[in-house]
Amino acid sequence: MKTISIIGAGPAGIEAASVLAKQGLTVNIFEKSSSPLKNITDKAFLFPNFAAASDVAELMNKKLLNQNIVQHYDTEIVGLEREGERGWKLIDNKNTSHYSDMVLLATGYTPFDAHRKEELGYGIYNGVVTSLEMEKMIRYNQILNSIGEKPKRIVFLQCVGSRDEKSGNHYCSKVCCVTAVKQAIEVKRQIPDAEAYIFYMDLRMWGQHFEEMYRESQQEYGVRFVRGRISEASGTFDGKVQIKAEDTLMGLPLKMTTDLLVLMVGMEASEGTRCLAKAAGICGDYGFAQTIDPHINDCTSSQPGLFVCGACKRPMSINDVVNDGRSAALAILENIK
Amino acid sequence: MNKFGFTISQGRQINFDEIKTDKVEKMLELVPSYKLCIGCGGCTAACTAAGFTDYNIRRIHTAFQRGQYNGLEEKLQRCMLCGKCLLVCPRGVNTRSLIVNMRRILANVEPVTWRPQREIKAESHEESHK
Repeated sequence: MKTISIIGAGPAGIEAASVLAKQGLTVNIFEKSSSPLKNITDKAFLFPNFAAASDVAELMNKKLLNQNIVQHYDTEIVGLEREGERGWKLIDNKNTSHYSDMVLLATGYTPFDAHRKEELGYGIYNGVVTSLEMEKMIRYNQILNSIGEKPKRIVFLQCVGSRDEKSGNHYCSKVCCVTAVKQAIEVKRQIPDAEAYIFYMDLRMWGQHFEEMYRESQQEYGVRFVRGRISEASGTFDGKVQIKAEDTLMGLPLKMTTDLLVLMVGMEASEGTRCLAKAAGICGDYGFAQTIDPHINDCTSSQPGLFVCGACKRPMSINDVVNDGRSAALAILENIK
Repeated sequence: MNKFGFTISQGRQINFDEIKTDKVEKMLELVPSYKLCIGCGGCTAACTAAGFTDYNIRRIHTAFQRGQYNGLEEKLQRCMLCGKCLLVCPRGVNTRSLIVNMRRILANVEPVTWRPQREIKAESHEESHK
């Protein structure tokens, strides 16, 4: 019987594991954290239907309950080598080797480190937070400014670490636009008196119901949109943040003080993705993993027996990666026959 | 003072912290669809007046929203209320009502509360779908 190793227990890896296990294959799933689905359990609600992230994670977790799936936590795969006719050899952080016929890379993304955009004041002014921190505030109903009060104004800034040559990332991270709209709606639900502004370059509402969410945020919640990229943020004496931008629809510079500045950080290839894609020789753009073809062979790599799925290929949303996990499982099954 | 030929320039920056919101709030009450604008500029592209003058309704209502009222009243006189802007708006903003009410609010005249049957119907249609 063929054995499959899946690296990464995120939504993509879990979906693929469950499909393969149901087909009677033995699946080893390796995860460097102590639990699966870290990127989902950190969140409050998921767009576009505001499903509770914990419910979604619970349903996904259940898919791991199959006797054919062996789960390895706190196990970081640091080496990946082709092992002649036997398939692949994986070496973990405890220097143990694992052998399998096929490998599925599902090592995902890492959020952009906002410290790298120093002009936006993250790590310097307490009123500047990332979208991940905002998500936690929403989740625990603790949206507070830097001095522990309810904020009167919250500003979201799109494209932090995306579409930005200065960060070395020319690409769009795809999910931040709709995430900001989702978070702004959540903010208005929890603090109806607060003003919410979203500063954007383009709004890319690509998915089903995203455009409707955008409209709803304007119509029902009075979220305001300003087209312009914030050039810099500075602290004020009372713990607020002052921002400067151009209101490009007016053609005039503007300034504004805000209680919270939320930086919508983009996605980058995770450390695991970079390291393993390099080891296997399937390095793509920006450290992401490369597939044979983005249209019809998007889960297959140039290396025999090595498959790729999820956000280790490019920025993706949760529903994208779940579908991609299924596609990868199918590609593996076709390869076995 | 002007001995050296210097003058002091007035700041052009929009200061959001000093914008008074009463006029915009009044407008949102009268024309609720105003908040749906996405700044596409379809209204200005369709506008006959914009083809011959510097009348730019997209820019004018953005200025109104940002509290930049200078010169708006005079500019708004160029609109002939033909309503082409209303036909092209992808978000269904009642632009003609917006213009009429902007004129009135800026002149401190009692605003127009009349709204076309189309908009009232659309709203009650939306209501019944909730």
